[in-house]
Amino acid sequence: MASTKYDIKTAVDQRYKHGFVTDIEADTIQPGLSEDIVRLISAKKSEPAFMLDWRLRAFRHWTTMKEPVWAHVRVAPINYQDIIYYSAPKSQDDRPKSLDEVDPKLLETYEKLGIPLHERAALAGVAVDAVFDSVSVATTFKDKLAEAGVIFCPFSDAVRDHPDLIQQYLGTVVPYTDNYYAALNSAVFSDGSFVFIPKGVRCPMELSTYFRINARNTGQFERTLIIAEEASNVSYLEGCTAPMRDENQLHAAVVELIALDNAKIKYSTVQNWYPGDEHGRGGIYNFVTKRGDCRGVSSKISWTQVETGSAITWKYPSCVLRGDNSVGEFYSVALTNNYQQADTGTKMIHIGKNTRSTIISKGISAGHGQNSYRGLVKVLKGADGARNYTQCDSLLIGDKCGAHTFPYMEVTNPTAIVEHEASTSKISEDQLFYCLQRGISREDAVSLIVNGFCKAVFKELPMEFAVEAGRLMSVSLEGAVG
Amino acid sequence: MLSIKDLHVSVAGKPIVNGIDLEIKAGEVHAIMGPNGSGKSTLAHVLAGRSGYEVTRGTVTYMGKDLLALSPDERAHEGVFLAFQYPVEIPGVNNIYMLKAGLNAIRRHHGEEELDAVDFLSLVREKMKIVDMDESLMSRSVNEGFSGGEKKRNEIFQMAVLEPRLAVLDETDSGLDIDALKIVAGGVNKLRNKDRAIILVTHYQRLLDYIVPDKVHVLAHGRIQRTGDKSLALELEKHGYGWIESKAGAA
Repeated sequence: MASTKYDIKTAVDQRYKHGFVTDIEADTIQPGLSEDIVRLISAKKSEPAFMLDWRLRAFRHWTTMKEPVWAHVRVAPINYQDIIYYSAPKSQDDRPKSLDEVDPKLLETYEKLGIPLHERAALAGVAVDAVFDSVSVATTFKDKLAEAGVIFCPFSDAVRDHPDLIQQYLGTVVPYTDNYYAALNSAVFSDGSFVFIPKGVRCPMELSTYFRINARNTGQFERTLIIAEEASNVSYLEGCTAPMRDENQLHAAVVELIALDNAKIKYSTVQNWYPGDEHGRGGIYNFVTKRGDCRGVSSKISWTQVETGSAITWKYPSCVLRGDNSVGEFYSVALTNNYQQADTGTKMIHIGKNTRSTIISKGISAGHGQNSYRGLVKVLKGADGARNYTQCDSLLIGDKCGAHTFPYMEVTNPTAIVEHEASTSKISEDQLFYCLQRGISREDAVSLIVNGFCKAVFKELPMEFAVEAGRLMSVSLEGAVG
Repeated sequence: MLSIKDLHVSVAGKPIVNGIDLEIKAGEVHAIMGPNGSGKSTLAHVLAGRSGYEVTRGTVTYMGKDLLALSPDERAHEGVFLAFQYPVEIPGVNNIYMLKAGLNAIRRHHGEEELDAVDFLSLVREKMKIVDMDESLMSRSVNEGFSGGEKKRNEIFQMAVLEPRLAVLDETDSGLDIDALKIVAGGVNKLRNKDRAIILVTHYQRLLDYIVPDKVHVLAHGRIQRTGDKSLALELEKHGYGWIESKAGAA
């Protein structure tokens, strides 16, 4: 809810307020993808042999694969040879040892995005890893986390400093053979975040990664790996923005979560990549593979996502409920306005006994937006007493948009209980008129009603992000109602 | 305060209101009665600015302004309030939060400072007493899961908070049992004052036992057929609407 006087001009100008470009000298390799490029990326990061070897296997596998076509989205053909697979701010060559040495231009960029990286100015109680194009440029509160035994660092550092952990866990949740984009990512990923929470530790602060695409014609391929050892607990959040450009840019990330016995991982995303303009020009292709493995007994993985950006979103954060009594949750708000398309949902794979999963999906379509929920609930033979509850609600604004639901269920255990509820509604004139009659403007009324619709998901977000998410919804809906 | 002249209204091309003239002064309470389909709810909605009603002829002047030229939210800012016959549910939107958004929008319009959460809450607690609102209705979503009586009370509570100049109460008595009716009517009486005009749209006379109007208008076939004081309502009660309708038919 805007608390200052509503000003249409300002609101329109702010429609995508993260669309600026940072003018910074970058080390950018030539476009194109080949084994040589994969070797070059690995060399730039001075990686150990096992890493290069893994990348090359992924690359060779990728060349045998085809792009998936089953999603309910229309994608302009992507020429993978036109994409630049590595771009890093030059100043990274002699990497800053501390935050004080980070290029002021970068600090300014994140400041502008509302993510101060100076620890004294930083978001209270949130440690941030800032990923700019292909590399991590700063990580805050590293020392404080280290005291608790928590490792939170750029993925590249983890490859160098904790190779054993990387070798033990990398690709064990999302193997490079998993799908086209995961294979591509495995071959060319440049950076990302690595989190390790040792046994019995409750992470003392929220961890977050802030992804920023800046360079033109580059793809962003980051990888996040979070390992929560026995009885540990962590809450992690990520945010994403990009400049406004007329061409599409590819973002193909992989996130792997591993929860051992009694561990809990909460992963929240506020995705606000550039969505393209009102004619559907430009915007990010957000093709992401996220999966969590509840490997231990009574472990819990909870995904919360607010997807308002990107021209196309193709993303299914999933849970493999391997440990007995493990719990998987998926809370999602996906908004498509103008010509945005989203095909998003989750997979809950029940393997262990008495595993439980909850899926709450809220899709909002406006303009010419196309919004699909695609979800799979799979209960394997041994998953006695498995339970799933799924609720999928769609809200339509206007009459040119679409909402689609593709729920799949594969249940092979007779003791399982699987519930699915779905609804599709429009913002009713009655609701709008009621708000107007109480003095609330049309724009504010729509945003109020939409936020109400999303409440069940927003309440799962950490406090400051819930506020941000609400604001984001209002901005993303600008122009959606006449 | 409100001057309606020769008002004609059509809904989907069908004439519903066929020439209403009405003058209401500040401080007055007018009851508009009539059988189903007589146009009384249409009148209420037109005053509030609901879409789907086409004014084909006539004028409505409110505080010297052309009311029909204002959007519904602008009318609310100027002090027009409609208590809905069927208050709509808005899932997930907190009852009090919506009201605060409305009140602050109105305050901004008048160049007044917005109320912060603390001041607003103390205002709300004070106004809740007017209709004996249960505290739990504060934390619930707008009208969601409210009983019929709770919804109507909530409307009057909102009126108490927003302090309109002109309040139109559309069948606020419908669906209320006698105890709830007394509470709601008591609330409305507490909100009567010399600066505020109230229009009670009702089908039944019984509301007027508790809220005594200055004038009663009887509507049929989209026109005011008779105007009188409270005794007109009692007469109507005795003879039924057939009495007015047959007279209207004869005229």
